[in-house]
Amino acid sequence: METISTLPPELIRMVISAIIVITFLFLNAIMMGYAERKIAGHVQRRPGPMEVGSHGILQMIIDGIKLVAKELIIPFNVDRTLFRVAPLLSFTPVILPFLVIPFSEKLQARDLNMGLIFIVTMGSVNVMACLVGGWGSNNKYSMFGAMRAVAQAISYEVPILLSILAVILMCNTFSLKGIVGAQQKIWFVFLQPVAFLIYVVAGLAETNRAPFDLPEAESELTAGFHTEYSGMGFSLFFLGEYTNMFIVASVATVLFLGGWHGPHLPYGEYLGVVWFLLKVYFLLFLMIMVRWTYPRVRFDQLLNFSWKYLVPFSLANLLITAVVVKL
Amino acid sequence: MLESEYQEQNRFFLNMGPQHPSTHGVLLIVLEMNGEYVLDPQPVLGFIHRMHEKMGESRPCPGFMPNTGRMDYVCALPYNHGYVSLIERKAGIEVPERAEYIRVITSELNRIASHLLWLGAYLLDLGAFTPILYGFDDREHILDILESVTGSRLTYSYYRFGGVCQDIDEKFVERTRAFIKRLRKRYGIYEKLVTKNIIFIKRTENIGIVSPDMALRYGMTGPNLRGSGISYDIRKNEPYSVYPEFDFEVPVGRQGDCLDRYMVRVREIEQCLRIIEQALDRLPEGPIRSKVPKNIKLSPGDCNFAVEAARGELSYYLIGDGTSTPYRLKVRVPSYSNLSCLPELGRGILLPDLVSILGSFDLVIPEIDR
Repeated sequence: METISTLPPELIRMVISAIIVITFLFLNAIMMGYAERKIAGHVQRRPGPMEVGSHGILQMIIDGIKLVAKELIIPFNVDRTLFRVAPLLSFTPVILPFLVIPFSEKLQARDLNMGLIFIVTMGSVNVMACLVGGWGSNNKYSMFGAMRAVAQAISYEVPILLSILAVILMCNTFSLKGIVGAQQKIWFVFLQPVAFLIYVVAGLAETNRAPFDLPEAESELTAGFHTEYSGMGFSLFFLGEYTNMFIVASVATVLFLGGWHGPHLPYGEYLGVVWFLLKVYFLLFLMIMVRWTYPRVRFDQLLNFSWKYLVPFSLANLLITAVVVKL
Repeated sequence: MLESEYQEQNRFFLNMGPQHPSTHGVLLIVLEMNGEYVLDPQPVLGFIHRMHEKMGESRPCPGFMPNTGRMDYVCALPYNHGYVSLIERKAGIEVPERAEYIRVITSELNRIASHLLWLGAYLLDLGAFTPILYGFDDREHILDILESVTGSRLTYSYYRFGGVCQDIDEKFVERTRAFIKRLRKRYGIYEKLVTKNIIFIKRTENIGIVSPDMALRYGMTGPNLRGSGISYDIRKNEPYSVYPEFDFEVPVGRQGDCLDRYMVRVREIEQCLRIIEQALDRLPEGPIRSKVPKNIKLSPGDCNFAVEAARGELSYYLIGDGTSTPYRLKVRVPSYSNLSCLPELGRGILLPDLVSILGSFDLVIPEIDR
């Protein structure tokens, strides 16, 4: 106890937060993986995983152990440094946004006053992983995947930012806590339905989820940028993808769905996390359903869709919002 | 730097296959590319050549029966049908009417199974995972029905010279009728999930347009040819078996793009169901197999027989020399000709479009290589 009390409290807080975040992140990936396979199963009129544990509930844990136990095969003639760095690059930037996500009124590691900018920035770093991994793999298919990932990220971050800006104009703050606080009376999804739709569509593309999963399009590019990865390398990409989905969904919840607001609960400043997670997982459920319903779009169609529809609509939306707010 | 020089410098080769998810088997396509644009796709065949024709020439003709079902394992019964009909024509063997009806019913069931599998696999190429499982669900019923009468689920050798090896019973008829009812109810699901899906239409409409002239030049047959608007179906144009007795249509497409080829196959499923229904209604009583000499002598001279397989015109050509072993056996498979137009069709298109075109041709690689 003595040694602990001599440590600065800030450090203890950071360590505890880090442990909680990383545990949550793994749990989330396991849950999402399980949910994805179960939902996919039911969409396709089959039971999904059933063997390991009751209704296959331990399946993802077993799969995780399998992936950890596997050898990381490094193919001939790859750029070894880049090849090893890429999975870490995909994983690290998706942990950091957890610092600023307000799970409930009091459950937030840090309320940065530029929190939203921080998250968006980390989202852009994420694409570096695809680029580095695809470039370093010494494989033409990986290279295709990497190039697609970059083009996709560039064209979809514009509508994301524009739709976010519309919300920012309404509440005059970049702090996530402030944004949620501004939705006490009415959620922004009712005031900004266009921005919400644009954000969700662009968010799907940002996380490389079907129907926009072009960087990994398995029927065209075998597995895109992670073709050559096995074992832990692959599982870090996997973790990164699911965590990124969680972050995109949480930002949508914070910006549009009123964050922790919901019917009153006892200890509301802490238990608001229930409403928050419910909303996030509802969005994630939608993302999974979309993936198992639609075919993949073609690459030029994807870019056209962004530049010809999403960007003009979000610009118009921004303009209207600005005028209305000014009045 | 000139544009053409720039293009020349950025050319590179990409090996698509032999283990690529979209080549469905061991087909290698060497792509000459510039960025994501395909400049010249060249299919390379021969990875699973098994010398089926030579096998047919080195054993008495009944011994080739199992091979026929293993060339195109997705739709094996028309292959059986072509071979037995060829030997029957050559040796002048009569087939009882009931046997011909059974052949038609089972062949058409097999054709539906093939189209359903293709539908799923094509959508898988386009990136949708779900339709293949719906297709498999329906196809499973067909396989169960066929298993009950043929004894196998995929590589059938059910037909015999002069008939079939096992009679169908009341239960078979009942199950087939139940299946027809079930599949008709499922059209709505496929329509909602696939046919009216905006992304699906965007990925197939106006892509890979095969003009009627081009289709004829390359000898394309089957739904790929009919997709280009040419109504050519062996069942109508050179009727064999008891097909002339049934009332069915030959669906054709408008302009020969991937969507047309898709629509032709989907509409063909309904026509197959119509044929099966009529055949079940009129199923005659009688023997299922005529008396056939134990040792079939193939008289000198040649003989040809063509049937409509799920992928197009399948024709067997045989030269006899008086023994029971064919002197020469040649199988003309539809997928080989269908694939041959890929280099012309695939020039200057995007890689995803190439995948879409390749899928729409419904290729079965073991059939091409034989």
